[in-house]
Amino acid sequence: MIINGVTIDATFAEAFPMKATRAIITAQNEKWAMISAQAMTGFATSVIACGCEAGIERVLDPSETPDGRPGVSIMIFAMGGKGLAKQLETRAGQCVLTSPTSALFAGIDGGTRIALGKNLRYFGDGFQVAKLIDGKRYWRIPVMDGEFLTEATTGQVEAVGGGNFLVLAESQPQALAACEAAIEEMRKIPNVIMPFPGGVVRSGSKVGSKYKSLGASTNDAFCPTLKGATKTDLSPEIESVMEIVIDGLTKEDIDKAMRVGIQAVCDLGAANGIKRISAGNYGGKLGPFHFHLQEIMA
Amino acid sequence: MSALTFTLKHRPDQRVDMSPLVPHLLENLEPVQIAALELQTGKRKVRVDELFTISGSDTQAIIIKNSFAKLDFIGKELQGGSIKVEGDAGAYLGFGIKSGEIVVDGDVGLYAGCEMKKGFIKITGNAGDFLGGALPGNKMGMKGGTILVKGNVGERAGDHMRRGNILIEGNAGDYCGSRMTAGTIAVMGQTGRFLGYAMRRGTLLLWNQPQLSASFNDCGAHTLAFLPILFASFKKLNSKFADASVAFNRVQRYAGDMSEIGRGEVLVKLG
Repeated sequence: MIINGVTIDATFAEAFPMKATRAIITAQNEKWAMISAQAMTGFATSVIACGCEAGIERVLDPSETPDGRPGVSIMIFAMGGKGLAKQLETRAGQCVLTSPTSALFAGIDGGTRIALGKNLRYFGDGFQVAKLIDGKRYWRIPVMDGEFLTEATTGQVEAVGGGNFLVLAESQPQALAACEAAIEEMRKIPNVIMPFPGGVVRSGSKVGSKYKSLGASTNDAFCPTLKGATKTDLSPEIESVMEIVIDGLTKEDIDKAMRVGIQAVCDLGAANGIKRISAGNYGGKLGPFHFHLQEIMA
Repeated sequence: MSALTFTLKHRPDQRVDMSPLVPHLLENLEPVQIAALELQTGKRKVRVDELFTISGSDTQAIIIKNSFAKLDFIGKELQGGSIKVEGDAGAYLGFGIKSGEIVVDGDVGLYAGCEMKKGFIKITGNAGDFLGGALPGNKMGMKGGTILVKGNVGERAGDHMRRGNILIEGNAGDYCGSRMTAGTIAVMGQTGRFLGYAMRRGTLLLWNQPQLSASFNDCGAHTLAFLPILFASFKKLNSKFADASVAFNRVQRYAGDMSEIGRGEVLVKLG
């Protein structure tokens, strides 16, 4: 398959079941909601070493938030429910509770309930106040700038993590420009996050390493400087490869995000140095979710 | 199916225990069986059809017409469905109600919503003392749900209240929120003496400055983030509380009762 001069490989991305949750952070203005959201989703690019994958889903209009203030919706993904709950709680405690004027609300009404502010209330040292409003429990925790308002719980749902595609380009600036264009479009899709810095990862990995202590190492088949030194997957004109990783609530959400992302890359086309779109997989043996690039773009 | 309607034929001299006439107890009964049920009035029992004319068949929507202030225990331990009272109601309206809705067109007596668990009670007129309170000697009053009173309420509203909302459009008598464990009482009108007497936790939300006891301490003026969410939850009510223009988030906060654990609060509208 070729779109605008870009070859779409007959391969697939392989993704895994994960647990996910969503929270809504509001503040006096969008600037401070975003600062808190960025802190809460920081150092959360990959479960390999961060414990979770997190990202900003979108900015919310005051009319969409529970308290009518500007807000940001964030999502956190982890391999298990316990790990997710722990990450959510520590991040909420260190990054939202601490952030001036912030308030924290559930972003998923259904699902398994996990603690959002339920345990942060103890920070109130006995001065915290519970309010049950319309069946939802809130905690009002006295803090130095006034009161931190947080919903007690949020929902945890089954999700999919690790959807991805690779952008193969003739130069590094062209690969990055294409990925930026893709991310801009993908951020418009609900229920997905792209957890890596700016949504783009330049150090895609393979499973295993020559060093026993490492579970993952550089994806040498896609490293352009190793074209002559390893069993490469790159043709001579490829000088740079970048990857976009997507976590989403459902396979369909990731499908949608991949489609608009790949389309944005292909719109730039061969004329802008984009040669191929590929994807990372483990032979289909590890993850139950397969995203076949050509099917997605058909 | 039209609502099961009980129209009072005459006003008995003695008080009447209406607790058998609730949807969950009438659910599988034929009209003749309902007519044959006995109600306690004074020291004797009378058949339902001796006191009421019965019409309609929907046991999940009950209407009591020509009601007056001696019909007690209407909607006792209601478990779903609705009861509409046309006229006044006696004491213990909605006693221990678990779910469902009771609407009274007129005034109600003592202990309305007493030890209520959940559900909704709307009183168009005035309510007597111990609204949403606990029975004498009991430690737990209302534990959930909402009581909306369009008129005034008597003394000790929300006595020993544990959770839920009491919304009063009119005035509240003395000892409003006394011995509260938690929950919210909102009063748009005036409040009486000894407000929040011995309250432990909970919120008294007021539109007018009360006369506060010395055991309530001023915590200053604040903008509280939970208030817009609380007011938003009132929007579905057919009440002044649903009106966006009455909502506020700027309050003077008083903590008390300091003679108890002092974790309660009186929030008074500012500006």
